Amino acid sequence: MKNPIGNLNKVFDSRIRMGVMSILLVNTEISFNDLKQLLELTDGNLASHLVNLEENGFIKVHKGFIGRKTNTTYSITRTGEKAFKDHIEALENMIRGVK
Amino acid sequence: MDNGNEASQSLEALQDIKRMMERSSRFISLSGLSGLSAGICALVGAWIADGWMRAYYGGGGFVTRYGYKAAGAHELKERLILLALGVLAAALLSSTFFTWRKARRNNLPIWDHSSRKLTINMAIPLAAGGFFVLGLLDHAEWDSIAPACLVFYGLALVNASKYTLTDIRYLGIMEVILGCINMYYPEGGLYFWAVGFGVLHIIYGLFMWWKYERTDA
Repeated sequence: MKNPIGNLNKVFDSRIRMGVMSILLVNTEISFNDLKQLLELTDGNLASHLVNLEENGFIKVHKGFIGRKTNTTYSITRTGEKAFKDHIEALENMIRGVK
Repeated sequence: MDNGNEASQSLEALQDIKRMMERSSRFISLSGLSGLSAGICALVGAWIADGWMRAYYGGGGFVTRYGYKAAGAHELKERLILLALGVLAAALLSSTFFTWRKARRNNLPIWDHSSRKLTINMAIPLAAGGFFVLGLLDHAEWDSIAPACLVFYGLALVNASKYTLTDIRYLGIMEVILGCINMYYPEGGLYFWAVGFGVLHIIYGLFMWWKYERTDA
């Protein structure tokens, strides 16, 4: 029998990483602070998940400045978009599977 | 783990995804009561303006190639502009209040990524419309002022609908249509304005309140 959860991506098991990907799928670019506010997280916690996503090649980091303050923004990569859409599809298939 | 449990977890995950997508791209705290209060401000303003204009036209004057001339035209114009600014301020304050209240009840921030995007995208057509109407005032093109307000405001709402509850798109389209019709009935400017900014806002506000907020009142 085919493993029903085989198509789920381990990286998106974490609710936080899943949240980041959901946000990036519908926003071309979003800043660290906006992500922090939307997901209600602390700096350190969010940063570690973002590093993980970046290492997997799912998101791109852009470092910029607003005046003298650093302004880091994030966007989704093609690989990330494909991986996350596959993950959503796998979730949908699991729901259909039991109907 | 049995299949039913896995399915419910998947469903929960999908609902989370949908919620994050919506919350990060659309400002959902816009309250129907905001529309209602803005509409009431507009109707009161239009009623006062109507009274002033009736008094002016009833006061005796004459029609020239450039319009109706009577003593006090300049003063009336200034009073009407001040009234318009007052109506705008009252509408903005009251509608911000109801939206702030709704955001607070839902434990959502009023000024965040989504409300910022909504404000910017609404402000672009509105600022263009504002300058356009100031130009019309300057050139004494009175007849086009109400239609220009309606059309630019309607287009601003259509643009804004991508960043908030989508229903506002239909209000925007109605405003644009009303403005276009008004171009051919220039003598009814104030009435068209009152219908567009007053009546339509009230209908829209009640509809939105009934659709989204009735349950938490």
